[in-house]
Amino acid sequence: MKKFNPSEEVDFVVIGSGAAGGVMAKQLAQAGFSVVVMEQGNWGAYGHEQDYTKDELSNRFPTEQDMLLSDPKLQRNTFRRNASEKAVAGNHNYGCVVGGGTITYGASSWRHLPYEFNEASKFGTMKGTGIADWPVSYDEIEPYYTQAEWEIGISGPNLKTPLIAPMSKPYPCRPLPLKSSGALVQKAAAKLGLVVTPNVAAIITEPYNGRSGCINCGACSGYGCQTKARSSSAVALLPIAVATGNCEIRVQSYVREINVDAGGKATGVTYFDKANNNREIFQKAKCVVLSANGTETPRLLLLSKSNRFQNGLANSNGIVGKYLMSGNGGGASGLFDQPLNEYKGAVTGAAVLSYVPNDVKNRGFYGGGRMTARGQMSPMQYGLAGPHGAPSWGAGFKKALMEQANRRLTMVNFISQLPVETNTIDLDPDVKDAWGLPAMRITSTSHENDFKAMQFFIDKSAEILKAAGATEVWTDQVNDSRGGAHARGTCRMGNDPKSSVVNKYHRAHDVPNLFVVDGSSFVTGGRNHPTMTISALAYRCADHLVKAAKTGNVTI
Amino acid sequence: MSDSRRNFLFKTVGASSAAWLTANWPAEVAAAEKAQAMGAFTYFSREQAGEVDTMAAQIYPTTDTPGAREAQVIYFIDLALVTFAQDKQDIYTKGLAEFSSHTGGRPLGTLSADQQIQALTAIEKTPFFKTVRDHTIMGMFAAPQHGGNFKKIGWTQIGYDDSLNFRAPFGAYDKAEGTW
Repeated sequence: MKKFNPSEEVDFVVIGSGAAGGVMAKQLAQAGFSVVVMEQGNWGAYGHEQDYTKDELSNRFPTEQDMLLSDPKLQRNTFRRNASEKAVAGNHNYGCVVGGGTITYGASSWRHLPYEFNEASKFGTMKGTGIADWPVSYDEIEPYYTQAEWEIGISGPNLKTPLIAPMSKPYPCRPLPLKSSGALVQKAAAKLGLVVTPNVAAIITEPYNGRSGCINCGACSGYGCQTKARSSSAVALLPIAVATGNCEIRVQSYVREINVDAGGKATGVTYFDKANNNREIFQKAKCVVLSANGTETPRLLLLSKSNRFQNGLANSNGIVGKYLMSGNGGGASGLFDQPLNEYKGAVTGAAVLSYVPNDVKNRGFYGGGRMTARGQMSPMQYGLAGPHGAPSWGAGFKKALMEQANRRLTMVNFISQLPVETNTIDLDPDVKDAWGLPAMRITSTSHENDFKAMQFFIDKSAEILKAAGATEVWTDQVNDSRGGAHARGTCRMGNDPKSSVVNKYHRAHDVPNLFVVDGSSFVTGGRNHPTMTISALAYRCADHLVKAAKTGNVTI
Repeated sequence: MSDSRRNFLFKTVGASSAAWLTANWPAEVAAAEKAQAMGAFTYFSREQAGEVDTMAAQIYPTTDTPGAREAQVIYFIDLALVTFAQDKQDIYTKGLAEFSSHTGGRPLGTLSADQQIQALTAIEKTPFFKTVRDHTIMGMFAAPQHGGNFKKIGWTQIGYDDSLNFRAPFGAYDKAEGTW
């Protein structure tokens, strides 16, 4: 791998190596630019993926060098429901390894539907929300979805229905095999008139781009993939970037500030070299790309204060960190007579699409959701969570644990969440992270509309499970989210510099050579399956950035 | 000799050769293997081990099928406390010391089964009990190389197949249905 000296000015520093950072690194390096990718986490099993453990104990208690996710004890964060509360210690975490969240995610890869890019003009706005049109249309982004699906490696069904975004090219790989979860919701769908499909997943099901197909091992969501079948940035994108000889991935490098000169242009980044006693190092760059996820991206901008940018970088309008959509869910579970054995195969067994579109008139709320059927639990996880409706220890616990084993199906739903200005990421005034920087503070209460949406999907989940023949069904309580892996909206795109952080090509309105692309770019949240759209946005951003940089001017 | 002490002697070979533990805690694992080969413990005293073993045997009891004792969960916990769960040592030391007030100062194993359950129910909301409960369950269902789940007793009871890969059909309902 090419190594750069930090004092050497590289063309691009890319902060983050996940869904967006991986795309940016690959596209920029392939175009001939020098790139340093800053990754806060470690290598993981990059290049020797067969070493990712399937052992549940060591996956659950990784030693510091084997961590795949951030640790809320180190990457401390706090949470409060609203600005009048004092924030308490939070549990928010995110992918923290080369490949970011794509190393361990469930890999659902749904496109946004066309109307999810222009909700304000199509459906109107709503009091108390920041619903707005994106500065890009579905038609503009469609070619980049296709490019992302084929380069990254996505499997899925090829159906023509208004419930799925129209595609100019089918998915490159056939769908994941039918599981019992899929068979059961199909049974329910036949009775209830619902549309059920295989999940669209960044998991290849047959040999593709030099990788082999999924072997259904079951150590899926939460584990690194041992066979490179999950199309993470670390197997699908970063090796191509590195192979160009133009790209260095610098691990254990925690960026604490994006530096700017007196003229307001980014000059590079300052980071802690964790392996070297957290020594601070400055990496010089012509242009900075920020792809650190929907929570760390706004935090880093807010941490990057200077005389010129006293409220944080790219934040002259105060929008950075606002309109956080951290992801709403809720569903129901049921027990069935026969074993489902959902611990085998990929985590998501099927998707129910019928309630994806808006139907305000009939449902009494704005928005929709994509329902998924799953029941994957590994043995310790199952034992620790315990059986339903039983004591937590003793003979009754054991009896129920054995009886219910492998017979549970859960509807896990991915539900729209409206952008609300007061839902934010900012810097906690009191709490510091393990490196002495102000901790991330999450402030979030969903719009009242979204509570109705969650209740609707909880009720529908119970209805589906009953129709599928469950012998017992129990529902989740409506539970407003407190953080998590699907954070979006905190550096929203827009044409108007007064009301958005980046323009339609992801350039910060305030800083001509700073590009921000990841979940933070979202204007509205879609149906809480963000990754495919993050990838497509990054391909589009890179396309324009390469063209601009080749003319010697990134300030498009 | 108490029942629990006899059970300690079941363990005649080192069961802790997990590569992950050995790589990260080589000295601790070596000591544990040596101790266990002699039917002894590396973290616990014999008295402490007897107490925790009895607790585990109530948390996941032997019924018409084997329980925590047959799965050798006590060895899992003993090893855990010197490896990945070192930060839980204090919870055990303090918890065990305080627990004697619920057993009249006698070893838990000398009480009747009902009395044992009563004593444990009295402390079931404490961090100590919750930790032993979680460690017992982990010892039942973590891979056998970590010291418990002897002969895959735990996995067998919940129908878990630890094969490295699978082919459809996976469960009863997709088998009946076929393919998509």
